[in-house]
Amino acid sequence: MSSAVNESLSALSSRHRKQAFAYPYVLWMALFVVIPIVLVAVYAFTSVGGGFTLSNFYNMPEYTAVFGRSLWLAFVATVVCLIVGYPVALAISRTNPRTQRILMLMLMLPMWINFLLRTYAWMSLLENTGLINRALGALGVFDLINSIGLARSASPSQYVPIDHFQLINTGGAVVLGMVYNYLPFMILPIHSVIIKIDHSVIEAAQDLGASRGIVFRKVIFPLSISGVISGITMVFVPSVSTFVISKLLGGGTNMLLGDLIEMQFLGSAYNPHLGSAISLIMMAIVIICMGVMNKFGEGEEQAVVM
Amino acid sequence: MKKRPFGGSFLTALTFIFLYLPIIVLIVFSFNSTKSRTVWSGFTLDWYRELFSDSTFLSSLEITLLVSVLASFIAAVIGTFAAIGFFNMKKNWRSPLLAVNNIPVINADIITGVSLSLLFVSAGAVLGFDLGFGTLLIAHISFNIPYVILSVMPKLYQLDRNLFEAAQDLGCTWFQTIYKVIIPEIMPGIINGLLIAFTMSVDDFVISYFTAGSSVQTMSMTIYSMTRRRISPEINAISTLLFAVVLVLLIIVNIREARQEKAAEKKEKLLKGN
Repeated sequence: MSSAVNESLSALSSRHRKQAFAYPYVLWMALFVVIPIVLVAVYAFTSVGGGFTLSNFYNMPEYTAVFGRSLWLAFVATVVCLIVGYPVALAISRTNPRTQRILMLMLMLPMWINFLLRTYAWMSLLENTGLINRALGALGVFDLINSIGLARSASPSQYVPIDHFQLINTGGAVVLGMVYNYLPFMILPIHSVIIKIDHSVIEAAQDLGASRGIVFRKVIFPLSISGVISGITMVFVPSVSTFVISKLLGGGTNMLLGDLIEMQFLGSAYNPHLGSAISLIMMAIVIICMGVMNKFGEGEEQAVVM
Repeated sequence: MKKRPFGGSFLTALTFIFLYLPIIVLIVFSFNSTKSRTVWSGFTLDWYRELFSDSTFLSSLEITLLVSVLASFIAAVIGTFAAIGFFNMKKNWRSPLLAVNNIPVINADIITGVSLSLLFVSAGAVLGFDLGFGTLLIAHISFNIPYVILSVMPKLYQLDRNLFEAAQDLGCTWFQTIYKVIIPEIMPGIINGLLIAFTMSVDDFVISYFTAGSSVQTMSMTIYSMTRRRISPEINAISTLLFAVVLVLLIIVNIREARQEKAAEKKEKLLKGN
């Protein structure tokens, strides 16, 4: 009797001792995760002098255009990734295991190359004298457009022939950069959820007379919704906060929230208080998006570890 | 569902072309004899030679390797112990702590970077230090630990509870139980976490950019300043080398995995045969 009590006591204390293994990291998190975020909040609500102020937020309407552009471009990129990524994830999941493994590796390979390099790759393709414009020129696209333009123009002497399309330094180029960099983040979680769907459920639906469209709409898609949700957050969050893609592919004219924050901390317009206020709003946007997303699904974030 | 819709395969093929074409163009032009990124004018290895005599690049490569190795090992140690600790906690303590642990994973990189830089700058003003290798290393350890924990926790849940009791019944102290039983059992999770942490560190640009200060440069930061300042085929050469390294590593890992699977299958067959 007493030995049993002793044993359970020692089990309890060993549990306590093992618990203590986490204490160094708890301290670490307090120092390097919690305090930094509290600091962002403190900076956001103080002035350069140190007093409490809301003026950092009063200036926000100046940046409405930047907020709007960031949200819009990230939204478009996320939608494109979903429209392209879902069918690709589905198609990959239907190949045999060996092909599937190779395809997934091929999907991850570009992700392991530094994303600055991947973005830079598009710079040389999209330039005015880049490969795409040269290819279009070689195909005679610009000659065709110029001859039509010249024929239609009211004053042919003033017609300016074109020799390239403006591809780089546009909003479209920024979206392209986001889709290129983050598309695998959409495909991976959706694929990992689809392959876990019990095949007998699909067969049951077919046996009961469901057409392929109905099987997809009523069985496969609802069961894959948690993958879709992780995919959407994994594309939207980095897209809405990027400053590199907009700098490299958007030129100076497509400033995003990330650029605005970067400017306040490391750029010409040094003002960490304003930067913190914008960061706080960005955090709120991310939290709201994730909250809305989690309403749709069970909200288990498991796709983070691939 | 054996019938494969043609549209899906077509879209998949297009997606892979889309993913690889820019990289292939980069690689091809790393061997171009002029600086042009669009006109081919002959084969050369000059850009590789130039890259390996570029002291800025070489020192930044060194910094990246050093910080990635140190950060991923330290994160693996702290993260493994933290995961064991969390695992043994009551749920009402574990859940909020795991939620805080997830913050750096979910949060945008720029916010992690900015918030850490605020901490380092204000602490540095009081304690008298500047941003540099130390702050860079702390930042990397911080964003690496959550990945270690996320890959070790599932392994702990898969552990057979009887294992602890068996070890303790056989006279292991709680300390021996951890070193001789638990750690070896969760080793695959630790290694997996370590590898994820290492690749995250090598790949990181945004957080390093905000926490390294002006005296230290990682490889990503060097690449960034190269893309901002000048057109240089050195960038193409870096891409080619990185692509080759990653490809070789992936092939090695994959062959090893395939072999292990085959060995496991063989073993199973033998066992069934008996």
